[in-house]
Amino acid sequence: MHEWALAESVVRAAVDFSRKQNLKKIHSINLVFGELQSIDKEIFKWATGEILPSCGDIVKGAKIRIIDEECVFKCNACGNEFSLDETRRGEEESEYMHFIPEMAHTYVKCTRCKSPDFKILKGRGVYIKSIKGEK
Amino acid sequence: MIDPRTSVIEKRLSGIKKTIVVTGWKGGIGKSVTSCVGALLLAEMGKKVGLLDLDFAGASCHLILGAKEVFPKEEKGIIPPEVNGVRFVSISFFSGENAVPLRGSEVSNAIIELLAIVQWGNLDYLIVDMPPGISDTALDVLRLFTRAQVLALTTPSPVARDVLSRALRLYKSLKIPVIGIVENMADRKKKEVKFSIGFDKNIEQALASPGKLLKTRFASDLKKIVKCL
Repeated sequence: MHEWALAESVVRAAVDFSRKQNLKKIHSINLVFGELQSIDKEIFKWATGEILPSCGDIVKGAKIRIIDEECVFKCNACGNEFSLDETRRGEEESEYMHFIPEMAHTYVKCTRCKSPDFKILKGRGVYIKSIKGEK
Repeated sequence: MIDPRTSVIEKRLSGIKKTIVVTGWKGGIGKSVTSCVGALLLAEMGKKVGLLDLDFAGASCHLILGAKEVFPKEEKGIIPPEVNGVRFVSISFFSGENAVPLRGSEVSNAIIELLAIVQWGNLDYLIVDMPPGISDTALDVLRLFTRAQVLALTTPSPVARDVLSRALRLYKSLKIPVIGIVENMADRKKKEVKFSIGFDKNIEQALASPGKLLKTRFASDLKKIVKCL
């Protein structure tokens, strides 16, 4: 149910955006879900369904579209690029990265040199890719 | 691309009446012990208190409080577990006994994530234990906790005092309110500043036990300061 907090942040960010852009109505919010945070889509969609009606007519009925993004790391020490699939991690460790994706630096190591010093190039967490609406 | 998390932080912090950031730019001057015992004292006084350990690299509040086994509950975010009446959040929930080797931008991302998902509820005080120095953490806290007040720590060491004076100049230029300067490990016979905590050689024996911490001379000195917050 930690997904609820992120769903709420998405809806609030969309409403803030619509005010800045003078939108009268939001039709859809297009999201990217990074593999590393492994958000439960069903729970997230259920949460947005609960939250949207309470955030005003501007966002009521907006469609939530989700695109998955594969996680790619790049090692700062040796330059190696590697995916989450190539790394070893336990269920509990994945759960901790679900809450705070930066915990990857505690539990994931470069597949070539074993360094914990890497960049998360993509696939970290939740972000809004685009919002479609009308003025 | 929009990062949605920052849009909800103000709401998450809206039930907090007073945020006190315990800072001091030198390491090893007692920031974490002051934060923990301060939070315990406020809870003992009947206040609703939260404690946020933002020293990711050297998280130690969980050790001071003896809270190694606690974990937050998930409910529309995460609900801080209570330790002796203090709602407590630390990166140690997720790192356990392991190191957290983060670069600056990653620290910022982790702080934003925590602030977006933690449901503090209504608090009289949120105590924020800071890492030493003016780092990304410090700058983020000053940016995200818009109503934060600083409780600055130092020791009788001329080095710590000199470093503190630089910190105070920065806070003044940024218009961040400093509610007090506390001299920790002070010589009990010649206390020179208004807020001082005498050196307590027995504090180490009370670590990991909130009940024992509250009975220390350290707590007794800090109580006089906490009453003024």
